[in-house]
Order: sequence, then C-alpha cells, then structure tokens
Amino acid sequence: MAINTRNRGTFDWLIILLYLALVGIGWVNIVSASIDPTETYDFLDMGNLYAKQLLFIGLSIVLIVFILSLEAKFFERFASIIYVVSILSLLGLFVFGKTISGATSWYGFGSFGLQPSEFAKAATALALAKYLSDIQTDVKSFVHQLRAFVIIALPAICIIPQPDPGSALVYAAFFFPLYREGLSGIYLIIGSVVVGLFILTLAFGHYYVIAGILAIAVFLLIMNRKKRFGKRLYYILPIVAMLFVFSVDYIFQNVFEQRHRDRFNVVLGKDVDMKSIGYNTYQSEIAIGNGGLFGKGFLKGTQTKGDFVPEQQTDYIFSTVGEEWGFVGSTLVIFLFVGLMLRIIMLAERQKSQFSRIYGYSLAGILFIHFLVNIGMVTGVLPTVGIPLPFFSYGGSSLWGFTILLFIFVKLDSNRVNDW
Amino acid sequence: MRRILLFSVVLVSGLLFTGRLFYLQILNTSYAGLSENNAIKRTFDYPQRGHIYDRDGELLVSNQPSYDVMVIPREVEPFDTLELCQMLKMTKDALVTRLEKARVYSPRLPSIVIPQLTKSEYAYLQEKMRKYEGFYIQKRSLRDYQIDFGANFLGYIAEVNHSDIEANPYYQSGDLKGRTGVEKQYEEVLRGVKGVKYIQKDRFNRDIGPYKNGSLDTLPQPGKDITLTVDAALQRYGEELMINKRGGIIAIEPATGEILALVSAPNYDPALLVGRERSKNFTRLWYDTISKPLFDRGLQGEYPPGSPFKTLNALIALQEGVVNTQESFSCYGGYSYGRGRKLGCHHHPSPLSMIPGIANSCNAYFANVYRRVIEKYDTPQEGMDVWNNHLASFGLGDFMGTDLPIGRPGFIPEGKFYNRMYKYPEYKWYSTATISNSIGQGEVITTPIQLANVTAAIANRGWYYTPHIIKSIEGDEKQIPEEYRTKNITTIDPANFEPVVQGMNDVYNYGTASAVRIPDIEICGKTGTAENYTKINGEREQLTDHSIFVAFAPKDNPQIAIAVFVENGYWGSRYAGKIASLMIEKHIKGEITRTDLEDWVLTHSLEEEYAKPLSGEPFYINDGKKLSGVPEKPKL
Repeated sequence: MAINTRNRGTFDWLIILLYLALVGIGWVNIVSASIDPTETYDFLDMGNLYAKQLLFIGLSIVLIVFILSLEAKFFERFASIIYVVSILSLLGLFVFGKTISGATSWYGFGSFGLQPSEFAKAATALALAKYLSDIQTDVKSFVHQLRAFVIIALPAICIIPQPDPGSALVYAAFFFPLYREGLSGIYLIIGSVVVGLFILTLAFGHYYVIAGILAIAVFLLIMNRKKRFGKRLYYILPIVAMLFVFSVDYIFQNVFEQRHRDRFNVVLGKDVDMKSIGYNTYQSEIAIGNGGLFGKGFLKGTQTKGDFVPEQQTDYIFSTVGEEWGFVGSTLVIFLFVGLMLRIIMLAERQKSQFSRIYGYSLAGILFIHFLVNIGMVTGVLPTVGIPLPFFSYGGSSLWGFTILLFIFVKLDSNRVNDW
Repeated sequence: MRRILLFSVVLVSGLLFTGRLFYLQILNTSYAGLSENNAIKRTFDYPQRGHIYDRDGELLVSNQPSYDVMVIPREVEPFDTLELCQMLKMTKDALVTRLEKARVYSPRLPSIVIPQLTKSEYAYLQEKMRKYEGFYIQKRSLRDYQIDFGANFLGYIAEVNHSDIEANPYYQSGDLKGRTGVEKQYEEVLRGVKGVKYIQKDRFNRDIGPYKNGSLDTLPQPGKDITLTVDAALQRYGEELMINKRGGIIAIEPATGEILALVSAPNYDPALLVGRERSKNFTRLWYDTISKPLFDRGLQGEYPPGSPFKTLNALIALQEGVVNTQESFSCYGGYSYGRGRKLGCHHHPSPLSMIPGIANSCNAYFANVYRRVIEKYDTPQEGMDVWNNHLASFGLGDFMGTDLPIGRPGFIPEGKFYNRMYKYPEYKWYSTATISNSIGQGEVITTPIQLANVTAAIANRGWYYTPHIIKSIEGDEKQIPEEYRTKNITTIDPANFEPVVQGMNDVYNYGTASAVRIPDIEICGKTGTAENYTKINGEREQLTDHSIFVAFAPKDNPQIAIAVFVENGYWGSRYAGKIASLMIEKHIKGEITRTDLEDWVLTHSLEEEYAKPLSGEPFYINDGKKLSGVPEKPKL
C-alpha cells in the first residue's frame, strides 16, 4: 500500500480497460454498419468509414499518451485559458464554420472536419471545476451559483444556433457536480417536478394532470390542517403548477415545431406514421428486436445490411449492436457503460482535491446524459435527439472529445496522492 | 444523498434499458418477423410439373411454358399508365382495378396482373417490363395435352384461390394447383416442390445479394412423372363410341383392379381448360346444365342397377344355402306377391333354374330366391342386414375409395332403413315390401364404377382390388398407395360363383345378349334395363329406359371387366351391350371384327331422345310404346 500511494504513475487500469473495450466493440459495429456487403474489407482505404475510424482510434492513443505525460497541475492551472480558447473556437464557427447536413458545427480540413463542441465539454468541465474549487467560491451563494451557471451556459448558448440543440442539452450534465458540491436540493425538486409535469401533460392531457394536482393539494392540506405556519405554500404551489401545465400545452403547440412534437408523439405512442415521422425509431426498434437473445451475428443483421436504420454508424450505432449481438451483446454494452460511469463516480469520491472531484462528476454526468439520451432514443423510450454514443459512434471529434475528457480524469486521479 | 444521486440514476437507467432491451428482443417477437419482411425478398423457382403417361407409356400430358405478368404493389413507382396499358392490351380502368385488388390482397406479395401470356406476347414484353418498377414476368409451366380425350379423369389445374392459400401455406397467389381428377389426387406428386431464394434488400428496395449467402435457399424439386392404368387406345375408342350418347363406360382389369378406361359422355377436350380461355370455357361447360359435361357419369352417376344386380342376389342365395342350382321356379309373366300386386316379367320359357334364370333374366326367379334369403331369418330386419352385409363386401353402398377425387356411395338398404320407412314398430313390414331389390330396382342405388367392380369380383370368383387409376410413380409400382395392392375378399365362397358365371356366359350364348356375341371370345355378361323418371312442369314423367350392361371376358382367366351405362338407350343389349362387346373385343383382340356392331353404334345418336323432354310437347318413350310428358291441361 505504501508503495502504491507514493507511486504517482498509477493509472486506474479498470477505466482504461473499459475504455478500450467500448472503443473496440464500437469499431466492430461501425464496420458492420458501414461496410458495403458487396465489397471486401479494406482497412487502409480512407473512403471506408471503418478505416477512417481506425485512424481516429490510432490518433486517440497518441492523444492519451500526450495527456498522461502532462503535469496534472497543468489542467487546473490552464483551465481558464482552455475554456476561453474553446469559447472562441465555438464563436469562430459563425465565421469560418463548415456546414454539414444543415449544422454549421465543423471546421473543415480537407475531407476531415473538426467539431469544437465535442471539445468544449472538457473545457467547460475544467473551468467549472476550477471556479467551484476556488476557496472563495460558495456554492450556496446565489451570486456564485449565477456565475457558475454562466460558465456552463456560455458554450451551450454558442452551440444552440449552429443549430445543434442536442449537444447543448448535454450541458444539463453539470447539474450533477453542482449538486454534489452543495447546490440546494430545491433545484432538483423543481427540476424533477417540471420535467414530470411536462411529460404527464403531454401523455395524458392537461385536464387529468390538473385534476391530479388538485387532488394532491387537497390531500396535503387536510393532512397538515393543524400546522400553523407555511400554509400559504399549499395554495401557491398548486396554482403555479397548474399555470405551468397550461403553459406546457401552449409551449408544445405554439413554440415547438411540428418535427419536435412528432418526436414526442412517437415516444408517447401516439398515432403517427411509422413510415415517415417515426421511421428512424421504428426501424431502429425493428433492428434491435430482430436480434433476439444471441443476435444475428457479425455482418448478418438484415436491417443493418439493408441500411434501413438511418445514421446507423453514428447516432444509431446501438441498433447494430442490438441486431447483430442480441440481448446478450447489447446488455453487455449497457453494463460496460454503467460500469465505467460508476467507476468514475467512485474514483471522484475518493479524490482529495475538490477540483478533481468536480471534474470527475462533470465527466460522469456528461457520459450519463449521452448514454441516457442516445440509448433512450435508439430503443424508442425517449424522443429523437441527435447526440452520439460516447466511444461508440463514428466520428473523430466525438471520439477525441470523450477521450480527452476521460483521460484528463485518469491523469488527475493518478495524481491524487500529491493533492494536499 | 448528494453522494449517491448520480450513482443511483446511472444504475437505475442501466436497469431500465436492460428491461427495455429484454422487452424488445425477448418478449416481443413481432419485431423479428417484421425485419424479415422489411429486408428479405423471397423469389420462387417453379419446377416442371410431372408428366402423365398411359399404361403403355404413351405420353398423355406434358408441359408448355407460360408467362404471367406479376406486380408487387408496394414496389410500384409512378409509371406511364397509357404505355403499359397498350403493351398489356388492357384498358386503364381494368389495370387500375387490378392493381387495387392486388394491393388489397397484399402490398408486399406478388399478384397476377395478366395470366398466361403466350410465347410471342412474352417476347414482346420481356424487354420492356424492366422499366416498370414493381412489375415483372414470372415463368410457369402450363399443361400441354397430347390427347383430346380423358378430360374427366385427367382433371385440370387452375390458379389457387384465397381458401387454398389459407389452407396450405405452400401456395401463393398465382400458383397453379390440380383442381379435379388425377391432377388433384396426385397434386403433391406431380407438382414437386418449388425452390425459394431469399434476397437481401436495402432500404431503397434494391437487391444487394443473397440473404445469408443463400444458405436458406432451396432448389426446386421436380414433379414426378406418373403412369396411369388407363389404356389410351381403349379410352379413345370408348369415347368415340359414346359420341351423341350420354352415359359412362368403366373397364377394369380384374386381376389388378386397374382402371383400363373411364369414359364419361358427353366429353370435352382437356385443352379447353388451359390458358387464358380457361375460365371462359369452364363457365360454358359448367353452365351446360342439359348435357352436364363436367358430371362424370361413371363415377358420380347414381342409378338403380337393374338386372345386373340379379347376379348378386343369386350369389347371396347360394351362399345362404336357400336354393341350389337345380331348383326351378315358375314364371307366370311375373311374380305375384299378394293382394294383386305383381312384379312383371317378359316372355321366356318357364319354369327356370338358376343358370337359365340368369340367362333369361327372369324376374320371378329372383323374386323367389330373394324372399327366401330375407325370410331365412327370424325377422325381415335381420334378413335385410345379412343381405346388406354380403353386398357391402362387394364394395356397394359406400364410397369405393378409388384414387379419383370424386365419387358417390350409392345405397344398399338395411333393416333399420325399412323400419324408418315403414314406421316400425307401429307398422310391420315383410320381405315382399322390399321385393324390388331382387331385380335391382327399388331402394338399391349403385354407380357405374361399383357395377364394374362387382363384375370384376365375379370374374375373379370372389375377390377384387379397389379400382384405381395410378399404375406407377416415376416407374415404381411400389410407390402407389398400399390400399390398391391389398385384396378385398367377398363373403361368397369361390365355388358359388361358377353357376353364376355360367349363367352370365349363357346370356351371350342364348340369352338376352346373344345378338352381340364376339367370335372366339367367351364373354360373360348381364343386360340391364332401368326405368327412370324426370320432372316436367313439376309432374313426374317417365323417360325411355336406361340401357345397362356389365360383362367380363374371357370366361376363364378374365382380362377385362366392364360396365356400360347409356342414358335412355332403352333395353340392355341395344346400346350398352353392343358397346361393351366392342370394348371387350378392342381390348382383347386389338381390332374389331364385328364391324356391323361398330357401324351401328357410331351411326346412332340419342340426341333426339334427349331433346324430347325439353320440347314441351308430349312424346313417346321406349320406341313409341308409351306416351309421356303430357302437358298440363289448359285451364278454361
């Protein structure tokens, strides 16, 4: 033990193994999703997506070596600069950005493109960690909360108009480190109630939800009728909730666009045309269902081969896992992800430096939002939001972004004995 | 709480997703099939239908290629309707209706647009169909008949209908299936098994190669050729003889039960029911309710057997020991059985013993022996049952079990039947109440093929094989069903057959069929004349008698047993007897020496007779002996 704690070079090999497993399995499925069944393999022809991805993976290894060779203190010290550079790179897109399928999210370098929003997550995590770990920052103070919120919101605001609302949604992940560091639980409750009411209203219509709110309010009033103080809250909160429910209806019908409404309707099982609006989700569910217990086998998936699932090598890569590797394979992937996130949380908890802990929580939160939204979309339980599955989806920026995000933490963790 | 929030939501979401995957992949099996439908196309490779040969190896039925224009509605892209209509020679409305019908049947499965193109039509379309997405041409094979007879037993093939598809998943819309006759009975032997190819499609519905590298594909199994027991030459001759007559001829080889000829008249050319004219021709045949060409008189016609049935009563009487061959019975122009009722008879010497009794077909003789059989037992019911049991052993009163998909059971009464008929026990009945059975009238009903089979059993002196039309499958006689290779033994001792056979021989020697003897062939036969009635304007009117004849030859070691039935042909030897003799001579000698008989049969028509009841006028029957069909008296 004594030797171990003094050894500053000890990396958490479990995380590294989980990372390698996910990247490896991901690549196998990219091969399957992108290969032309009539052709033979060619891992060197950069016209093939799986060959490109192999190159990205190789470059990730270089990145990892580079990150691990840096001083751990470097990240804390340069967090602000990295953050500012990152914001500038996002702003630069408005001038130099390259538009691919409608979104101006890339800098073009020949046939390759670099997506700065994938790297902004790491920069924001560093900046937030730095700000919150500052001895003068009090997370319970409203002003400081506001400043932290600005740090988080700035990149998100830059990303939304690209437009890429999915990537912006990921910044909700920073709620987790804030809460861990002492943000009041009231935000959590308010957030949960808002989301809950929103979903309930869409699913059942506002009449039922309002009836439910009234019933609960009356019940609570009767239960607490002997209380002397704070009774006003029992009148105010239901009224606010009801107003919110009405506004949800209004927002849904008037603020959202039809395609957004459709996405909700697909998930809620409302009457939509599975041939056009629900096509992605429908085909993806078919592909996954087709896998059965053990799957169709590598390169044997009929949905995958037939290219029925759109964006299968990127956002819908998990449907390939489902079809070709079945329940066994897809739950294995779920377990790998869950294992990786839980390991990160456990490591974050054992950090002695607040900076490292906040960073670890940010990392776990970001991974979780990606995992939740992506798998939820592919399995048809959440509305369609286009964000990649970490380490799995095809794409260099996404892979590098997550690699950097993860290995900064690996480096920080390895250095924890020196953080006093 | 702060430490475990993220930890627990991660864990919970992982479990929820596992549950969702369990539902999608294990519980909900409906998605599995969907993907197959989505991404896999099945195409079929139709094998050649088996050929049909006659017993001498003459090819009767082979195949010709035919081409169907098919459509898969889901894959149809907008196209130049006018051009396609011109190419297919159909109106736009017809095409639209056809496509809509196909879509209703299934958007995914192929349906026929135009069936059975000829080769030249196909050649023209072949080049052009390619540019119409969703349309294609499917090659099939149609029947090619080498003969213009035998339609009644060969049967025909036709497109499967909705209930066929539901009953047997093998069939798909547009497939052809045997509908009647041998084609139906041996459908699975003849058709073979179609091959299936699975093709992986992409989301644009393009073929991207075989599914699973073709590991699930199957090769078509060709249909098997079958050989029938029918002698084409004899069949052809039988159909020629029956021109302008209605009725049936059934010839059986007694030693094997093989059907040598199965004639039903009027007949039709089997080629009428092939190709695009099939349905038009079929409708015409189907709605011909006067001559009923689709009604197989040999298999489906149920008639009173008449005098040939007397041979069976003679056999039963001998077996029951109620009479010997020496005992004679007087005939007073018939048989009186009480209270002035009389079973009439024709003019012949009297009294007669069994052999001349058969030869002269004396009604009185058989009425006497029949009564003795029934009255041998304590009650008439018991007697009837014994009598019925003997007849059942000859295959009467029930379906024959031939390998032809149609047939009728006929009817042989038993004690219970008369109990119901005469309201026993309220009223009693005795053997005389059933006396008409003695001469093959009354309640007894048989089909011509049953009579032929009885004749074969007599020829064999006590046993028979169930008549069948399959001789071999792919040249292998062992492949024919077991039941046609198993002897059926009658309840009559072989020794009791000799006097009956002698009596039937004497029918030719000096009896009712002496005019139709064939030189050098010892034939045993029995004439029959059956009264029959029809309804005209709701009145029961008598028509000219049916002419019936059964025979086998030679007397020893018989080669052919035959039953001939000619509707309204009057007495037994007039039409049926002549035809039976000619058929026997044709089969045994291969040529005809009694050309006088042949000329007579070929030149005589009964069409005039058949027209009588339709004329609306009163008419004479039985050669002018009796007036029938008197119309209702005009109301004043």
